[in-house]
Amino acid sequence: MAEIKAGETYGFFTDTSVCIGCKACEVACKEWNQLQGDGPTFLADSFDNTGKLDAQNWRHVKFIEHVPDEPATTGNGAAWLMMSDVCKHCKHASCMEVCPTGAIIRTEFNTVFIQQDVCNGCRNCIAACPYGVIGMNQQTGTAHKCTLCYDRLQGGLEPACAKACPTQSIQFGPLAELQQAADVRLAALHSQGVTQAQLYGRDDSVYGGLNAFFLLMDKPETYGLPNAENARLPSRNNAGGYLAALVTGVLGVVTGLVAFRRRVTG
Amino acid sequence: MPFLAAEHFVQPPQWTWYILFYFFFAGIAGGSYVLATLLRFGSDPRDEPAARLGFYVSLAAIVVCPILLTADLGASWSRFWHMLIDTTPGNGGLNFKYWSPMSLGVWALSVFGIFAFISAADAWFADRRGEPGLPTPIGRVLMIVGSLLGLFVASYTGVLLSVSNQPVWSDTWALGGLFLASGLSGSAALITLLVRYRPQAGFSLERLRVADGYFSVLELALLVAFFITVLIAGGAARLLPWFPLWLLALVGIGASLLGFRRPTRVGSGAESVALRSIATEATAVSVLVLLAVLAVRAAVIFSAQ
Repeated sequence: MAEIKAGETYGFFTDTSVCIGCKACEVACKEWNQLQGDGPTFLADSFDNTGKLDAQNWRHVKFIEHVPDEPATTGNGAAWLMMSDVCKHCKHASCMEVCPTGAIIRTEFNTVFIQQDVCNGCRNCIAACPYGVIGMNQQTGTAHKCTLCYDRLQGGLEPACAKACPTQSIQFGPLAELQQAADVRLAALHSQGVTQAQLYGRDDSVYGGLNAFFLLMDKPETYGLPNAENARLPSRNNAGGYLAALVTGVLGVVTGLVAFRRRVTG
Repeated sequence: MPFLAAEHFVQPPQWTWYILFYFFFAGIAGGSYVLATLLRFGSDPRDEPAARLGFYVSLAAIVVCPILLTADLGASWSRFWHMLIDTTPGNGGLNFKYWSPMSLGVWALSVFGIFAFISAADAWFADRRGEPGLPTPIGRVLMIVGSLLGLFVASYTGVLLSVSNQPVWSDTWALGGLFLASGLSGSAALITLLVRYRPQAGFSLERLRVADGYFSVLELALLVAFFITVLIAGGAARLLPWFPLWLLALVGIGASLLGFRRPTRVGSGAESVALRSIATEATAVSVLVLLAVLAVRAAVIFSAQ
């Protein structure tokens, strides 16, 4: 691929229509970032044993399983949806908005990055992230998530997950190029009659646009992604919350003064 | 369906026991300071002992707050000051984000701590000298500013929860007001409880009881608003498992409202009788109110996680 340059916006285009659920991206991510992974857990209701994104899983191949009770018939292959989930590196990032320490920054590649030497583990970003991306590492006492392989980008290398993906479900590159590629792919799918295919995060309807955006084979909610109506920043509640507090404060002071100015015999 | 239920795909921040008790003490610290100031501004010198008690309570409660917050940081506890100072290499300066309640709250807590200390120290010296506390214009300004900060400290914790993408918390605008009303109510209850150790403050019991009644009405109204907003957002299922805590909160509010309707007679000639009265009914009501303050915060915190 072309040279990776500071000052340009980079991201991922994850095409879920070609994801085969091999989890090579998860392994590559752990290898490069030296993540130990969580202890083995058996999720009996799924073939996915990773479970969720957290401090040890910066990539997670979600298995959305709608396996029918009856045996599958010819053409009945819609029982499985797979999606390699990752930090979206939102243009308007909820985590960055609420972080009180300034630990969460935008890098020279326009990605969202948690500075480990600045983060103090308050977990406000975890409460804010609408995608459940960020996890707390109890050993370091700091919040962790995908860095979009910041160190690899600085070295001119593409992120480990994109490098390892055998089906090119995960594509890395300058955001503008990825968006063009996504448009072409969507048009191709639609022309083949796959009308349910849709792009998520390609435009600015979700958090101003996502650096890591997706081609989905169903509506966003099916994949555990908030739709445009639900994708709102935490600061939306500042005005209402403070207004309620202000009104309560005024009423509290007034009623307090009324109570304390009452005539008391004795 | 008449409304679109909010959908959340977040992970819980695991704010649990330290944060629960921080929210409790922040409510008491801010509320007590405000009540102490209002008692002084009530212009009856007989309220002065209770006012000083309020300042003492406020200082004691605010001292606990940073300890709880720091403990909650876990392995990064030594970086608590990163909330105030920007340690990003090459940046420096102060961290102040007015749009982040946590950032605002840390500053408010720090500055309010100074006011709480000054007012409590003044009360202590006034107690020692037997003089009225902070009667000067500067003293009054100090108490007003301190009270504004106190109101903020008691309420911002609720706004902080709402300014997130968590279910329940972000589905309502009522939490800041709810925590403030409950903090004021709990402060009145705690000062009432502590009057037994400061009998000369017994004069203010009646007024504190009436004030607690007003605060409980506010708290009840906000609790109803909270339930309605969360219900509309489709979050009722998350509230139900914490029914015992909600019930405890309602019992505390109810006890306060019942006490509000049945006045405690406190006469100057029957101090010992009055104190016995405190030891029974007022104590029971106050304990219930304080448990309700804790319960409402616990129910809110745990229902989202």
